[in-house]
Amino acid sequence: MKRLIPTLAIAGLMCTNALANDISPAVVYDKAGKNDKSFNEAVYNGILKFTKDTDIKVREVEPTNEAQVSQGLSKLAKRKSSPIVAVGFSMANALEAAAKEFPETKFTIIDMVVEQPNVQSVVFAEHEGSFLVGALAAMKSESAKVGFIGGMDIPLIRKFACGYEQGAKYQNASVEVMSNMIGSTGAAFNNPSKGGELAKSQFDKGADVVFAAAGGSGTGVYQAAKDGGKYAIGVDSNQNHLQPGTMLTSMVKRVGDAAYSSFMDAKNGEWEASVKVMDLKAGGVDWALDEHNRDLITPAMEKRMGELKALIASGYIKVHDYMSDNTCTY
Amino acid sequence: MNDWFTIFILTLDATMRVSTPLILAALAGLFSERSGVVDISLEGKMLAGAFAAAAVASIAGSAWIGLLAAIAVSIVLALLHGFACITHRGNQVVSGVAINILAAGLTMVLGLHWFKQGGQTPRLDNEARFLSLDLPGAQAVADVPYLGKIYEELISGHNILVYVAFLMVPFTYWVVYKTRFGLRLRAVGENPNAVDTAGISVVKIRYLAVICTGILCGIAGAYISTAHNAQFVRDMTAGQGFIALAALIFGKWRPFQVLFACLLFGFLDALAVRLQGVSLPGIGEIPVQFIEALPYLLTVILLAGFIGKAVAPKASGIPYVKER
Repeated sequence: MKRLIPTLAIAGLMCTNALANDISPAVVYDKAGKNDKSFNEAVYNGILKFTKDTDIKVREVEPTNEAQVSQGLSKLAKRKSSPIVAVGFSMANALEAAAKEFPETKFTIIDMVVEQPNVQSVVFAEHEGSFLVGALAAMKSESAKVGFIGGMDIPLIRKFACGYEQGAKYQNASVEVMSNMIGSTGAAFNNPSKGGELAKSQFDKGADVVFAAAGGSGTGVYQAAKDGGKYAIGVDSNQNHLQPGTMLTSMVKRVGDAAYSSFMDAKNGEWEASVKVMDLKAGGVDWALDEHNRDLITPAMEKRMGELKALIASGYIKVHDYMSDNTCTY
Repeated sequence: MNDWFTIFILTLDATMRVSTPLILAALAGLFSERSGVVDISLEGKMLAGAFAAAAVASIAGSAWIGLLAAIAVSIVLALLHGFACITHRGNQVVSGVAINILAAGLTMVLGLHWFKQGGQTPRLDNEARFLSLDLPGAQAVADVPYLGKIYEELISGHNILVYVAFLMVPFTYWVVYKTRFGLRLRAVGENPNAVDTAGISVVKIRYLAVICTGILCGIAGAYISTAHNAQFVRDMTAGQGFIALAALIFGKWRPFQVLFACLLFGFLDALAVRLQGVSLPGIGEIPVQFIEALPYLLTVILLAGFIGKAVAPKASGIPYVKER
């Protein structure tokens, strides 16, 4: 009888625990790891916030190669984790396979659409964010020439380019926009030398602000801007701190919020398998203003950016999404 | 007209920057292959060197210490290649592939573990980089038409490793063709039996050759991460080791021809950067993909028809077995 009491107590505890922990969330980062000072770290911060707010622990997997992504996904699903958030478009194939294998598990993928009955896809309106930084580039440029440097030549990157061009032209119709791509393979995202060379060639042609949507190659662009005394614009997360003084701004995607709200929705029983578009209106994309670029932005520019944001959010300005028809007409 | 001249000079200027790692890596390959050790791990050694240079320079705050670290790491990998291929007579291509994979994986894992920045190293301050040097009088002659521009943009204003790379070419020529070591090096690559009969250790000469390869690859790596860029990024060598290998074959394993091949590839790369998105009269816009493929296409076409047969050193790729 004496033994039974603690057992009962433990059983009782487990019961309450089970009620509070009705979800067991997990996340799979991409190869860069959770402390990458960029995309993954933003997700990580969203998860820290979730754990702090709800006291629910989140399982994490940091794969180091492609094969470990699908292993990680199925291992988490086998351990009854749900929802499982996959960070980055590169995991789409692995996630689709896992979603078919574990139809009871909820999956969320960031930055890509996977059409399965148990997958939530979170995509961002990069074209709207790019429009904003394009307009800012046109405001800052003294030569009325601005540049864009993309990583791999794929529709997603062209979406950035197209929004940027539209934004620059909207602000100043006579501005010239140069657009270059680093390459046509995945290696283009890890080639800072080529990124730097492209930036230098755009500077030689008169550009004085460049926007890099090129992953790891972007660091070469930012360095070239610093060496050449020009301005660069970062991407995905707030990269202003990378080269304070020559980073004009960054086009930020709030991936942390996406992970946070996916877990929160699941906890509240509101999670649904759908395509969620995080646009400017929903706060999914934005431009970054912090202590590192404060001195570069005049009050007039800041005011104008506020106006543009309101105009896009209200639908007055329609920013063209390149991926909707694979052309850049606006 | 003057505009076109400026664009041309700026393209050549970029050619110098882009060709530098190719020249260093191709000369590195020259030492190894001339001694009969095929080395497709130039890429891996450069990558490891780039990582070591950036990592050490960011901690020590000195580009020179970073350079030494790059050379040391690259030599270690070269010796590993030598140990597998010379001492144990392993397959040289397999060992090279293994080193490439090892370097790609190890730099990533160590970078993640040490710096926690997604496999990148911290950004280097200017003190910890090789910066551009202005040669004496560059500003003074800048206004002289044409020649002044050439001196100011093209010859002056590069970092020291660029000059090192270009000076390495005559130096390599001198070592390979004018010294006793060079004679033995070439002999070991052509007919190791004869060298052995003369009482010279084939193994020793080949080890010395791979050490030379290690040194040059280390410098190339340090150039990529601490001179041309200011930090290490995952897989940042981006296949340049293989282009260097193509240049080595293209240049028929001879220093000056190799320099020419590297400059040609570098020029195509620099030109590609400038041609992108530009509409050429009568042709229209050239797709990025075509420009990217051009160096490889050119190698195949020119090797097939124009520059004649590229004959590799005769004993290249064959481990030396002493006759009993």
